[in-house]
Amino acid sequence: MQKRLSNWGNYPVITSEENAFTQEDQLKRYVAAHKGIIARGNGRCYGDASLGKNNVSMLRYDKVLAFDVQQGILDVQAGVTLDQLLEIIVPKGWFLPVTPGTKYITVGGAVASDVHGKNHHVDGTFSNHVIDMDVLLADGTVMTCGPDRHTDLFQATAGGMGLTGIITRVKFTLKKISTAYIRQSQFKAANLDEVLRLFDEYKHYTYSMAWIDCLQKGDSFGRSILIVGEHATPEELNAQQRKAPLTIPPKRKLVVPFNLPSFVLNKLTVKAFNALYYAKNYKKEMHKVIPYEPFFYPLDAILHWNRGYGKAGFVQYQFVLSLDQKEGLVAIMKRISEKGWGSFLTVLKVFGPQDSLISFPMEGYTLAMDFPVRKGLFEFLDELDEIVLQYGGRLYLSKDARMQQQIFWKSYPNAQAFADIVKQYNPEARFESLQSARLLLTK
Amino acid sequence: MPTVLLLGAGSDMAIALARKYASEKYDVQLAGRNTKALEPLMQDLQVRYGVNASVHAFDATDYNSHASFFHSLPVIPDTTICVFGYLGDQATAQQNWQEAAQIIHTNYTGAVSILNIAAETYEKAGKGTIIGISSVAGERGRQSNYIYGSAKAGFTAYLSGLRNRMAKSNVHVMSVLPGFVNTQMTQHLKLPPLLTAQPEDVANAIRKADKGRKNVLYVKWQWKFIMLIIKTIPEAIFKKLSL
Repeated sequence: MQKRLSNWGNYPVITSEENAFTQEDQLKRYVAAHKGIIARGNGRCYGDASLGKNNVSMLRYDKVLAFDVQQGILDVQAGVTLDQLLEIIVPKGWFLPVTPGTKYITVGGAVASDVHGKNHHVDGTFSNHVIDMDVLLADGTVMTCGPDRHTDLFQATAGGMGLTGIITRVKFTLKKISTAYIRQSQFKAANLDEVLRLFDEYKHYTYSMAWIDCLQKGDSFGRSILIVGEHATPEELNAQQRKAPLTIPPKRKLVVPFNLPSFVLNKLTVKAFNALYYAKNYKKEMHKVIPYEPFFYPLDAILHWNRGYGKAGFVQYQFVLSLDQKEGLVAIMKRISEKGWGSFLTVLKVFGPQDSLISFPMEGYTLAMDFPVRKGLFEFLDELDEIVLQYGGRLYLSKDARMQQQIFWKSYPNAQAFADIVKQYNPEARFESLQSARLLLTK
Repeated sequence: MPTVLLLGAGSDMAIALARKYASEKYDVQLAGRNTKALEPLMQDLQVRYGVNASVHAFDATDYNSHASFFHSLPVIPDTTICVFGYLGDQATAQQNWQEAAQIIHTNYTGAVSILNIAAETYEKAGKGTIIGISSVAGERGRQSNYIYGSAKAGFTAYLSGLRNRMAKSNVHVMSVLPGFVNTQMTQHLKLPPLLTAQPEDVANAIRKADKGRKNVLYVKWQWKFIMLIIKTIPEAIFKKLSL
């Protein structure tokens, strides 16, 4: 049926065909009869990666096939979301090996975007924990691939934005935990240099990221709050928490019920928000033990927070620069700060090494920020792209809705090798998204 | 642990029902034509809810097999839910008896055949629950889907008669009349969002009504009033409407 579809950024919005399936033979029949197919999970990528002509919703392809509680291995259909898995695994003493900042994504989406989390510098990306997975290919066969079999398909599917086929099943390893709590420490940094120094000082922590205020100039340029964490041990919990260390009390969720008018988020409110956030951390250092949810998913507590950006939507801009390109980081942040269009929430993280074909991360700095869509924004982002490129960086395809194709081809060193594998498994653009057509990956 | 049998377990509504009952610690028997396709759901119920789940071959229109199917179930289910149905295509069914027969036999004949057998067993045991998923389409024939509607009308009448008969045997019979439900059966249709339930809404409503031993359940309460209006329009006017 024709539906209005958009992803988390509410940009672009398209009217297109969307169908859902619960069984493999139904999926196969659909794939055999259609072209321009793209698998869709929960629509939490920001741009146009999971939008196409024939969208296949995987949300009802969500069966949990096996859970080895001794070994910590999950085998699931690709449409199941991480929040459902957490409900199953946390009470049994296991956690996701890697999780992005929202738990409302599917496992298939996690592989297709090869998502990273606050533990990238220790644990890598999601696909680093995949044992094997099934991909439904353009010729109708289902191929099992993994780090040890059909490795070309595996590498081009991890971070491959759904262009090799439809990921139908994923088996992956979990992380052992003894409590559902996180021992968190926060450190206030007066500027960029200090936060980068703190990242280095606390790099032995499993989890780390920083909120960074992109609107500050001068001495407090890049003032931030570094947040690090470890899974708490039972001894670190208080008496109340220790009674049921693997259960966390349920919390009510807030909802942004409709799109806010776009003037709600302007330079002034963003500044005010950042100031409040920074002031909230009134001490230089803060330590506490908190449930895993607010630590990993602070924004999930406000359902539909994306509506805060208004009807025109927003783009999230996330780039990565290698460790020796700190000056590039400064140059880009300065450009953003001068423009003053910057964003509500800006996240800085230091990635560890990453060895993969097409996944986004590389050892270095990554910055993610939101920009409400407005006149002149895309021209401005094109300028930023050039700076990112100049410093040898690249953009995250899961956030992208507008990058020009030459930027992609110049910034991803394995672009050609990736495109070749895509062509091999998907020769006639049976699988194609708006993004892949724009980046000339399936044209 | 109590056991629920889902007849036609491959549909979105059946999946939602299976999960709802399993979440309340029911063992679940999944019955359908394509047993291999039901295995992922069986595994899902076992992992998510820690209940026993099993898969059983069942074909609604293979009437001769119904008795042996029901009596060979490993446990007599406490609750039998008849979920299967076939919407078909009205225009095709008007001209093609194959299509018309499939609509009638799946929605009516097959349901009567299998529920007769369950009812006998429950009546003798003096306990049990039968839930039939019929449709608001059976409330009044309309040109756009009267073959499906008439089969569901027959099924609704069957359920009310069965309820009447079983009332003295402590066997509860519930008729469920969903309006539009967002499932694979309807995903090619354009449905009004406010009147369209998600399969999970239907499952929750059914479980709640089952506990309250409700007789007739409309899913999405608006439908009760919509159908009341549709039923009271005089035939002289109704026949001229394009519904």
